[in-house]
Formats: sequence, structure tokens, C-alpha cells
Amino acid sequence: MEKLLLLGDEAIAQGFIDAGGSAINSYPGTPSTQITDYVRNSKEAKELGIKANWCANEKTALEASIGVAYAGKRAMTCMKHVGLNVCGDPFMNSAIIGTKGLLIVVADDPSMFSSQDEQDSRYYGHWAMIPMLEPSNQQEAYDMVHFGYELSETLGTPVLYRIPTRLAHSRSGIVRKPVRKQNEISEPADAKSFVLLPANAKRLYRTLIDKQPNFMKASEESGYNKYFEGENKKLGIITTGIAYNYLMENFADGKCPYPVVKVTQYPLPYTMINKLYDECDEILVLEDGQPFVEEQVKGFLGKGKKVMGRLDETIRRDGELNAEKVAKALGMKAAGEYTVPEVVVNRPPALCQGCPHVDSYTALNAVMANHKGGKVFGDIGCYTLGFNMGAIQTTVCMGASITMAKGASEVGIFPAVAVIGDGTFGHSGMTGLLDCVNEKANVVVMILDNDITAMTGGQPSSANNKLRQICEGLGVAPEHIRDINPLPKFHEENVKIIEEEVNYNGVSVIIPHRTCLVELKKHLKK
Amino acid sequence: MKKDIILCGVGGDGIVSVAKIISDAALNMGMNLKQSEIHGMSQRGGSVFSHLRLSDNEIFADVIPEGQADIILSSEPMESLRYLPWLNKEGWIITNSDPFVNIKNYPEMEKIEAELKKFPHVVSFNANEIAKQIKARSNMVLLGATVPYLGIELSKVEEAIAHIFGKKGQEVVDVNIQAVRAGYAQATAK
Repeated sequence: MEKLLLLGDEAIAQGFIDAGGSAINSYPGTPSTQITDYVRNSKEAKELGIKANWCANEKTALEASIGVAYAGKRAMTCMKHVGLNVCGDPFMNSAIIGTKGLLIVVADDPSMFSSQDEQDSRYYGHWAMIPMLEPSNQQEAYDMVHFGYELSETLGTPVLYRIPTRLAHSRSGIVRKPVRKQNEISEPADAKSFVLLPANAKRLYRTLIDKQPNFMKASEESGYNKYFEGENKKLGIITTGIAYNYLMENFADGKCPYPVVKVTQYPLPYTMINKLYDECDEILVLEDGQPFVEEQVKGFLGKGKKVMGRLDETIRRDGELNAEKVAKALGMKAAGEYTVPEVVVNRPPALCQGCPHVDSYTALNAVMANHKGGKVFGDIGCYTLGFNMGAIQTTVCMGASITMAKGASEVGIFPAVAVIGDGTFGHSGMTGLLDCVNEKANVVVMILDNDITAMTGGQPSSANNKLRQICEGLGVAPEHIRDINPLPKFHEENVKIIEEEVNYNGVSVIIPHRTCLVELKKHLKK
Repeated sequence: MKKDIILCGVGGDGIVSVAKIISDAALNMGMNLKQSEIHGMSQRGGSVFSHLRLSDNEIFADVIPEGQADIILSSEPMESLRYLPWLNKEGWIITNSDPFVNIKNYPEMEKIEAELKKFPHVVSFNANEIAKQIKARSNMVLLGATVPYLGIELSKVEEAIAHIFGKKGQEVVDVNIQAVRAGYAQATAK
């Protein structure tokens, strides 16, 4: 049988193509980006007429997917964990609607390899009261896309599909299934279900509650959750998703002596976990994320049998799980003879040599040096690394540079400068700029325009070539929208322009424009 | 057979892409494999690594547990030391000896060399120099130097190169095969 060598992300993408997916609408975010990239680059997907779009943000993306599902077609939206915050509104309401044919794929980032927090998306799925899938390997990642759509269409619910970084960005051999035909356009079975007026919404929420036993039944019977018998009943182990691999890694013969419940589908399978609890003296919960399952099994009072995991720090509460941490929790000795010699120093990520952001920050730093008390509010992207140049003082969430600068300026911070990339500006900077204009805030907004969403590997930027028109349209005075060329030879001129706008009492926008070098090189190669 | 390999270097130097060639050869031999890598912010000029696991049996974790790597393949001398906790006692270190200095506090080379000398199985040489002579990329030379310890025959690796670079023409295939052979010769010379 021929195997395809695919990243977990790519396995999901191939699963989407093969399971009769019609449209994928996403916003890039590590570690989820390669799913949508793969579908966009797939010749097969093109031939099948599959729509594959990068959208302005996760909210517009998920709403587009709800539209696709409304038409009766299979839809997918992918994002990183914090992206789920951005589309929290359509997410929660897609659950109330009972949207069929919708998979929401969220890639969590335990250990924060490329993120600002470790939030675990399973809490969202639990909150929305919908089924969730959490595959343990690449083959399951592929298979569970097919299964997820069947589940969604049979039970009348969107399905939250969760993967962590390690599965997203690890390759393995995949065996494909036959390609399923896409759905025809159809009317929703319940025409009122997409109209969330209170009268309808009340009825639909009740329906969602009444569906819960069906979701549980699916978890118990689908075959994706498994109970493995074990001789040593001193300990019973619950694993979720890839945590199963970290457990099994510790047993050379592939046989764990303890009974194990392997969870890859939620809600938690009650019968299996109840059996484990009854049979074993103590319970250990292994999950690559926050103690989502552990909290449920333990309960608020924590009475009854001992339940161990991240809550009691049997396993450190922060950071990703691994085989070594599991070994320690099981009282086994980890291997490893050597340590890192002292001579080794850190080599942190840095802006590339010749990166336009470096020249923008050099000019901005020169201006800010003359304005003690001034603050620069940063945002999310490659340019966050400007922190290492002492250029920015904050980074909170997508778009927060502009709005934080506004808030701070209104209570007396001067100058208040926001630095945001063109991609992030398109994602969620525009609305904040409108707030600034309406309140006549005294801010300078620098939109670092490198023509691309660079950090995630070069996806198109939604506001590309439209920045000036957008700012003018939002009401920024045209004479206070300044274009500069971020090159060392224009340094003096750029400093002068930034200084002028700092001294203007009102909303200024400065657009340093130069293409990302990594992207430029890719184009030259073509 | 089981081989756990850590490939490491500095973001953008292409060492991680070598994993693709080894994977292709292993897959053709019917082996199981898992290969994990890091994308996103951490790849911009910082330390990068990839875990490659090959086995005839089922592989569980996507990452190699500490103390179990059979090979550390590094495009840069200091980076080869960063992943030592993963190396097993009898494991091999294959590294480029030419440092990539993009930080102010890069240590003195003598100190790095002294550390490398403490290990029983080290192949350290200037891969950039060899690559320059044959107008190839140094990561392919380093791949060649790893082949004797890989448990995969040189001919299988060459087949994988032909498979992966085939689209780019015979000339590209030939130069890469030449680079791999040069690295192989370097590692087996002593």
C-alpha cells in the first residue's frame, strides 16, 4: 500500500479533499497554517473545484464556513488556538444552530513555540457543548476528518477538531481512502435554525441540550475511544490525543502493564472511564494541554480515589507533555547521559539581515530617544522581534497596538505610537483605527507594510495595496498618511517624517513600505 | 532496525530539509518514520532542530526522548552541542566545523572544539569548503557524512536524491549526488 508522507496538518488537508470538502476558509496562524496552504497548493483540490481562501481574520473565515454549511456543503475553518478567541461569536452560535458539515480545526501550542499563551481549545468545545476530536497520530488525523464530517452531519452539530503543535508539525506515512463526492447544494432541514431570534434560539438551545446523550453515545460507540486492559490495577491511566504516544514510548515492547483509556473523541466516554475508576486504585491523567479531563474526572471536591496529573503537578502544569515527563510520573528512570555544556549560548530568533522592519525601528528608536515618557505599542508578527531592539514596549493580541495606544494616549501618554504589520492591520487593526479617528486620538500608527503575512510563511495579506485607501476611508486626514521607504539611506528623512507626525496632535499613519526579503527571494527563484 | 536522528542548525540554513531525503529513502525501504520540526517565529535566524525517527517497528512519540538519539547531525558546531541531552551514550555527532556567527556572544571556537573532543564518536569537518569546491550545498555534504552511520546504503540515499530533485533536472541531481559522495568519503577516510 502506497503511503503519503504528510505533516499532521497536511493529513487533515488531504482528509478534507478526500472527504468531499467543498470550501476551506481560514486565517494563518502557527501551527495551523499548513492545512490551508496544502489545500491551496493541491492540484487535486483545484481539479475538484474546492475553494481554499485566506480570509481577513478568523471571524470572517468561520462565518464564511457557516455560509458554506448553510448551502449543504462540507466546510472547514482552521486557526491557531488564540484565533478561536477572535471567532468566539460565530463559534458559539454555530453550535446553537446545530450546523451540519462543519469542522473547526484548532491547533493549540503547548510550550508556546510561536504563541503568546497555552490556552486549551477543548474548554471552548465543552462550553459550546459540541463533540470534539483529538487524534493521536497522523493516520488518525486523516481518518478523523472523514469521521468528523459523518459525525457532524449525523448528529447535527459542528465538530471541534483539536491538534497540538507536535502533531501539526510532524510527518508520517498516511494511507488514503477513496475520494468522496462533494455534497449537492441543499436547503437546511430546519429553515428557522439559521435565524437566531430569541424565540428560535431558545428552542435551538434546548435542542442542543437534548442532543447531549447522542454525543455521549457516539463517544462510547465510535471505536475511536479505546479501553486497553492491563494486569497491574494499582494505577489506571487516561490519555488524550498524542499523550497516548508519550505513555507507550516508555514501554519498549509496546505493552503498558496498567489499564488505559485512550481518548480521542469527546464528550468523555462515561462507561470506559467509570470502569477504569472502579477497577484501579489510583488514576493518572495524561494530556498535552491544560488539565481539562483531569478536572472533570477529579471533580471540584476531589473526593474519592486519588486522581493525578497536572492539577497536583505530578506533571508540571505548564509546557508540553513528553515521554520523559510521563516516565517521571510513572516512577521510571529517564535515560540520558549528557548535559548541555556551559559554553553553549542562546541563539534567539531575530529579524533577518536586511529586513525592512529593522530600518523602520532604527528610525523610530531615534525619534523616541528624544521623547522620554513616550511608548511604542507593538503587535503580533515578525516585527514583535523589535522587542530585542528595545523598540516596542507591549505585545498583547492581534490589533491591540492601535487600540492600546489610543487608550494610553487618552490618559496622558505622549507620544503614543502603535506599530502593526500590514497583515495584522487587515486582521483587526482597521476597526481600532476607526476608534482613533472618531475620538480624535493623539496617536501615530506605523503600518509596517512588507506585502505579505511573513511570520507564518508568506500568505497573502488582506489589506495589501489598499492601506492608504483604507486609512483615508476610515477618516484619517490624507496629509497625515505618510509613505516612507525603510532603507538605511533614507534614515534621516524617515526620522524627520516620524518626528513631524509625533508633533501633530491627531491621528497620523506612517506606512514604511518594502517587500519582505524572504518573499522577494522566493519570487526571484521562480 | 531503529535510528533516532536529531538534525539541527540555524534557521534558514537548510539542514532540516535533509530530513526529507532520509525519509524518502526510509519510506522506500518500507520503514516506519516520524519527523517533527518547528515552524513560525522560532525559525527566524534562531536555533532550529528536527527530530527524525526511523524504525522497523511502530513508532509512538513524534519527538525523541532524551538519551535515545543515535545521531546528531548539525550544520553548525555550537548547535551540535545544544542537543547533547538527547544523544545516547554511543551515539554519533556529525557536524560542520565552520561556525555561523550571528550573535555577539558566540563562544571561542577552541572551547567548542574541546567539548566535542570529549565524545567518542565525532565527525567534524568544514563542509562549507567542500561544498564550495563542487558548487553544492553544505547540507548535502553533511548528509553524505552521516550515511555510514545511518543503516541506509549510499545507493538508497542517491535514489532518494534522484527522486526528490528529479523535477529540477539531471544536473541538479548530479551535483547533489556528488556532494553526498564527497561527504561520505570524508567520513570514511580515517
